[in-house]
Amino acid sequence: MREIALDAVTETVARLFEQACYHLPEDVLLALRNAREAEVSPPARVALDKILQNVAIAGRERVPLCQDTGFSIVWLELGQEVCLTGGDLCTAVNAGVRRGYADGYLRKSVVKGPFSSRVNTGDNTPADIWVDVVPGNELKITVMPKGSGSENMSRLVVLPPARGRQSIVDFVVNCVDEAGANPCPPLVVGVGIGGTTEKTMMLAKKALLRRVGVPNPDSEDAGLERDILAGVNRLGIGAMGYGGRITALAVHIETFPCHIASLPLAVNLQCWCHRWAEAVL
Amino acid sequence: MAQVRKVKVPLWDEVLRELRAGEELLLEGVMYVARDAAHRRMFEALEQGLPLPFDIRGAAVYYMGPSPAREGSVIGSAGPTTSGRMDAYAPLMIARGLRTMIGKGPRAKEVRDAMVQYGAVYLGAVGGAGALISRSIRKSRVIAYEELGAEAVRQLEVADFPCVVINDIYGGDLYEAGKSRYRLES
Repeated sequence: MREIALDAVTETVARLFEQACYHLPEDVLLALRNAREAEVSPPARVALDKILQNVAIAGRERVPLCQDTGFSIVWLELGQEVCLTGGDLCTAVNAGVRRGYADGYLRKSVVKGPFSSRVNTGDNTPADIWVDVVPGNELKITVMPKGSGSENMSRLVVLPPARGRQSIVDFVVNCVDEAGANPCPPLVVGVGIGGTTEKTMMLAKKALLRRVGVPNPDSEDAGLERDILAGVNRLGIGAMGYGGRITALAVHIETFPCHIASLPLAVNLQCWCHRWAEAVL
Repeated sequence: MAQVRKVKVPLWDEVLRELRAGEELLLEGVMYVARDAAHRRMFEALEQGLPLPFDIRGAAVYYMGPSPAREGSVIGSAGPTTSGRMDAYAPLMIARGLRTMIGKGPRAKEVRDAMVQYGAVYLGAVGGAGALISRSIRKSRVIAYEELGAEAVRQLEVADFPCVVINDIYGGDLYEAGKSRYRLES
């Protein structure tokens, strides 16, 4: 067994949320620069210029890229040879969220009493915490501060299997079309196919964690990614919805086997400000 | 590159009549900040005949909830939120004098109709560009509903605040025009 102190988990979670909110991952930045080069629409080019300026200012001055520093999602891949010491895991993760959002001047955007009082919890907790137990003696921590401009535009459907591949393309493209300017395009489109309803939603969310521009290793899935991306970029929405050819930077699909009677499909949209960070303890 | 037009906020009728969907602007002057919770309260106040925290006649309202300011900073990250959530409140506020809304994302038909009827505009700020936009905010002061934290009503003084006209007073709509111009039929 390898011991990992939960104090280290708390500190790592805190620093990862700060990092994610100030610094865009390199692959996302590169995709945005490429979009700026490829875009032909003048207003969309202006929007992309402002986006790129914003990225530079946020990193330099340690001001959050976006004021919506999101709901705090934390994925933990816990090696089964790890022994966590000094408390309990979820408390330690929430303490990290509390510390990171306070130290980093990040906005606290979580309310309790979702359909009634909607009172701010004051520290952005509770986090949305997911733990996978995996082989090994390490702990991988991945954080995503997920803004609601894009999250609110996510969709879940269970399609009749007989409708097949084209119905998937149509549903995802339509989802992006209906979302329009709201989710802050150019987007990264996470798509989950298969599993059960909760499984496919998680596939869609975790699909966002693949580096932008890296296709699914399965050639069928990669082909579907290309077809959906082409469909999305025919919509004309463009950066910030000002009209343009680049509505999405990438489409990422993850699949899982499903029931003989089902074809679950989930779409999780991510804004251009695709923030996440990870570390291994 | 053409010089971007600078205009004073609040915008008055003469300028409102000149603006067209798609035009880039730099705003200078005073605007008020309010989002979901503050709108609910202001809407209730209007319905009950109570005064609002600011004079809405001619006013500009920015749909935004900033991140906390660091010591020595005017404000934290300060980009727009999705305006559609304020659509339920906007027609009444426009009828009472609101003339400029600033946010991101499309507005409901009732809001667009009210803009045409009363001569109000909707301006788009770049979503997610909160660090960039914060630089154009020179002063920020909470003037009401302080207990709402990031959702409190603020008065801002801005200079060179970047935005683009989404909806003009004639029914022009950048989202619709832009999309139809660049849409490719499959």
